[in-house]
Amino acid sequence: MKIVTDKTPKVDVKSILSAEEIAGIDEYIHHYPQARAAVLDALKLVQKRNGWVNDAQVAAIANMLDIAVADVEGVATFFNRIYRQPVGRHVILLCDSIACYLTGYEALANAFKQSLGIDYGQTTPDGRFTLLPICCLGNCDKGPSVLIDEDTYGPVRPEEVAMLLEYYQ
Amino acid sequence: MIYNAANNKADLASQIQARQNGLAPSQLNRQKTPIWGVGLAEGQEPTSLTHPLTWRLFHSDAVLKLADYLALKGFEGFKIALSKTPKEVGEMIKNANVRGRGGAGFNAGLKWTFMTPPDGGMCYLICNADEMEPGTFKDRLLMERLPFQLIEGMLITAYAIGASAGYIFIRGEYILAAERLQAAIDELIANNLLGDNILGTDFNFDLHVHTGAGRYICGEETALINCLEGRRANPRTKPPFPQVSGAWGRPTVVNNVETLNNMSAIMLNGVQWYLDLAKIKGKSETPGTKIMGCSGRVKDAGLWEVPFGYTARELIELAGGMQDGLKLKAWLPGGASTDFLTASDEHLDLVMDFDPIMKAGSRLGTCLMMVVDETQDMVSLSKNLQQFFQRESCGWCTPCRDGLPWGVKILDAIDNGQGQADDIDKLSELTRDLWIGKTFCAHAPGAMEPLMSALKYFRHEFEQKIESAQASASDNQGGV
Repeated sequence: MKIVTDKTPKVDVKSILSAEEIAGIDEYIHHYPQARAAVLDALKLVQKRNGWVNDAQVAAIANMLDIAVADVEGVATFFNRIYRQPVGRHVILLCDSIACYLTGYEALANAFKQSLGIDYGQTTPDGRFTLLPICCLGNCDKGPSVLIDEDTYGPVRPEEVAMLLEYYQ
Repeated sequence: MIYNAANNKADLASQIQARQNGLAPSQLNRQKTPIWGVGLAEGQEPTSLTHPLTWRLFHSDAVLKLADYLALKGFEGFKIALSKTPKEVGEMIKNANVRGRGGAGFNAGLKWTFMTPPDGGMCYLICNADEMEPGTFKDRLLMERLPFQLIEGMLITAYAIGASAGYIFIRGEYILAAERLQAAIDELIANNLLGDNILGTDFNFDLHVHTGAGRYICGEETALINCLEGRRANPRTKPPFPQVSGAWGRPTVVNNVETLNNMSAIMLNGVQWYLDLAKIKGKSETPGTKIMGCSGRVKDAGLWEVPFGYTARELIELAGGMQDGLKLKAWLPGGASTDFLTASDEHLDLVMDFDPIMKAGSRLGTCLMMVVDETQDMVSLSKNLQQFFQRESCGWCTPCRDGLPWGVKILDAIDNGQGQADDIDKLSELTRDLWIGKTFCAHAPGAMEPLMSALKYFRHEFEQKIESAQASASDNQGGV
């Protein structure tokens, strides 16, 4: 029986990641004394392309940082905002922590679910929106709050949901 | 900007406009009492002596350019620090007794003294900017609007502890804050205030922004270090404490954003001034000022920089009182992982300070209180809190990973009219089984604090729901 000692199957990084992505990850590696520390930065950078990270990209990152694929996968699945399956063009993160709960989170969550016709963790059939809960957005004086892509809004009233969604085509 | 009369908050159209104009979320809060607006006489301006953390915001809504920051006493505190020895700076901060503003309240200067003596190798300073404690929004304001002040605090701290590299570990959702901090860092590197031989001295300090990706546990300092190293953010065993073996096995200090924001003013105004701030209200021993706040269904939620000594009642008054038609039922002193206190005079007159709140059976935490009004059902509220902690358990230790979902399951049953007679006993048992010493870190005990206090003060609400469930169950069996 042949014992495989290579911890990371070699993949052709250049065929999976773009030149910009490779340069970006290299830049991050220089921020730390050990390359593996750049894993979260790398995942976030690669995720920008399609909104999620696929298996090939995970393997490529593992190759670049010289760590096991399982280590990259472990970090990717640990964090709420690294997606390992396709998501919509816009990700809606609805704060469901106590300060927003006290100021009307439930009505707002229902309004989003009804407007979009989806529940948490789902994507609209046209691939436009994914809806997810998130813990406290640190916008508690303006609850209930929501983060869409990179924009935090609050307070948002249930009747304003349709108007807000219009901005994200 | 158009504000709703009801709650003094920008309406959605204004928010969208503001976002397109590049304004940060914290810049949209118009409070009747501005953050520095407490304790000033008519016409008096806030200064670094009265409002060391926020006085600059009186002159500018956000200080984002180095020239503007320098014009407002920027880096003067750091220059004073450079004229002293690192040991002297450390002594000053220790004597000033800056109690950690992340929630634990430990003397920051004392924390620094536990650093392993220098051996010629790297030491690290990490700013814990992973502000995710529900109800807490103070660090966001400081980073979005005063990025240079944080970095100056980090420079002073790094000089005192002998750190030559630092990281600002900021949560991934604070996108604009991270951008503004990065822009500030770039400008400082260009002006010899970061990097090698800062201001011509032999002090070197490299600073990087490291953004997280949304896990509450990263706020625990050892989990934060694991995450920074590129691992899953599970906590580590203490000891060894990070000051002995932290990032990459090297001595490391982790301080909260607000803690670090205090440093420049202490250098500038001296230790005695900082200690004397406690005398302003005269009801507290804790030196310095604190960004306190109030959220929930109050008229004017927000933040205020005040000296220690304010009571919970006074904070609610600063927030304009409860919204019309609502009565106060309970409140959390400083985040989701603190115990509920009640609307009794005894509790409302508590001084918002580490020790009095501790004596009353809760924790000061981050000192941003959340008020619960009479319309809220404590069972549903407890369920919401426990769901948060369940979701954010890192899964590293079994009691937390399996115990928290069990609590949610029981609360869900009670909430949906399927409670069993012994459910309250089971919950009480859970609060003992997940208490300090039974779990790997403080996550699960933190989750138990609001549950324990909800059962203590509002047990009748739990009992009522269970009893009516039992009654309707026996009604349904009536014909059998």
